[in-house]
Amino acid sequence: MNSNAILKSKLFTKFLICAFFLALGAFPGKVFSQEAKGEKFDAGKTAMEHIADKHEWHLFGEKVIVPLPVILYTDKGFEFFSSGKLLPQGTVYQGKYYNYVLVNNKLEAVDPSGKLDVAADKKVWDFSITQNVAGMWLSGLVLLFVFLSVSSAYRKREGKAPKGLQSFVEPVILFIRDDVARPNIGIKADRFMPLLLTIFFFILINNFFGMIPFFPGGYNLTGNIAVTFTLAFIIFLVINLNANKHYWKHIFSPDPWWLFPIMIPVEIVGIFSKPIALMIRLFANMLAGHIVIISLISLIFIFNTLWIAPVSIGFALFIDVIEVLVVFLQAYVFTILSALFIGMAVQEHHDGHQEVI
Amino acid sequence: MTSQYGPMGAGLAAIGAGIGIGQIGGKAVEAIARQPEAISKIQTNMIIAAALVEGVALFAVVVALL
Repeated sequence: MNSNAILKSKLFTKFLICAFFLALGAFPGKVFSQEAKGEKFDAGKTAMEHIADKHEWHLFGEKVIVPLPVILYTDKGFEFFSSGKLLPQGTVYQGKYYNYVLVNNKLEAVDPSGKLDVAADKKVWDFSITQNVAGMWLSGLVLLFVFLSVSSAYRKREGKAPKGLQSFVEPVILFIRDDVARPNIGIKADRFMPLLLTIFFFILINNFFGMIPFFPGGYNLTGNIAVTFTLAFIIFLVINLNANKHYWKHIFSPDPWWLFPIMIPVEIVGIFSKPIALMIRLFANMLAGHIVIISLISLIFIFNTLWIAPVSIGFALFIDVIEVLVVFLQAYVFTILSALFIGMAVQEHHDGHQEVI
Repeated sequence: MTSQYGPMGAGLAAIGAGIGIGQIGGKAVEAIARQPEAISKIQTNMIIAAALVEGVALFAVVVALL
């Protein structure tokens, strides 16, 4: 067998894929190596550092760091500079209007000696392009590329069988339409398809990028409560702006009149608790997954021996595989619950009251 | 910020969610064994119910740990 045949053989491809994923599993260990040398290792602190939003993008562990722009709005005007000037953390940078320093990945306004300046800190608003924002743009670009190429393929190959990327995306879209939107929303389903598809693919791709420990990933977008809040707020607006009179009647005039004082507050809480439940579910699920994986890897440094490594890497790999399931499941759950809530608000006649938190 | 009893509350919430999701999963498997042709509908409803139970549990965990 010559070398060309080896390269072409299926077994070799499989081997390459396996090797790639094994390397993935081993990678997070590199990130810790610097931190373990110095002071005593604190697993909780490391975990919090890894899931938090940062002003710089860690492409490959602690070695390759890309500084991102810092944009500040102060009472005297805007201020732009690179976050590289604030690194390593604790370096005081003298800006145009104030002095700044990074403490636990949070930007603070300080006086020249490095002490927190409370009055100035309140006037500085941080609108920086952080790791999460940059990551979100990257995932948006990937989504744009995928869906623009797929849509142009549909226009060009009208009526023909799907091909390439098309045949990868089409079943997912059909699944969202036939199993998520139509059964839950009913005849108005097609109006909400763009929203549901956007939400689904946005959450899916960001969950996935969050699971990759290095470059395209490495950030934790869906485990950030601000992001899930925004997603849930969009769903909240869509539910309440599209709601018909049956929905409002259900809330403001319950059936026996003497239930008014109990039911109206309960129903009003219900309006808000639905999107809040969506927000907390996605946020806590993704955050918990990241923390569990990092804690398992941290076991090596807590026990401070190499012999625990196979156990901890094995468990981390196991949880990683479960997380891949969770990535799909949470995107699906967010979409199907959004569809359910929208359906409850827009359906014309609902006979059986199906109450969902 | 975490109080001394916060993790305990999180653990109690996990017990509740464990029982709840266990019941859902068990009943779903029973239903599928009885009616294998309805598997897709049962699965969808199982996932929705599990997600709702999980949502309540995660509420409790977040409140307990913050």
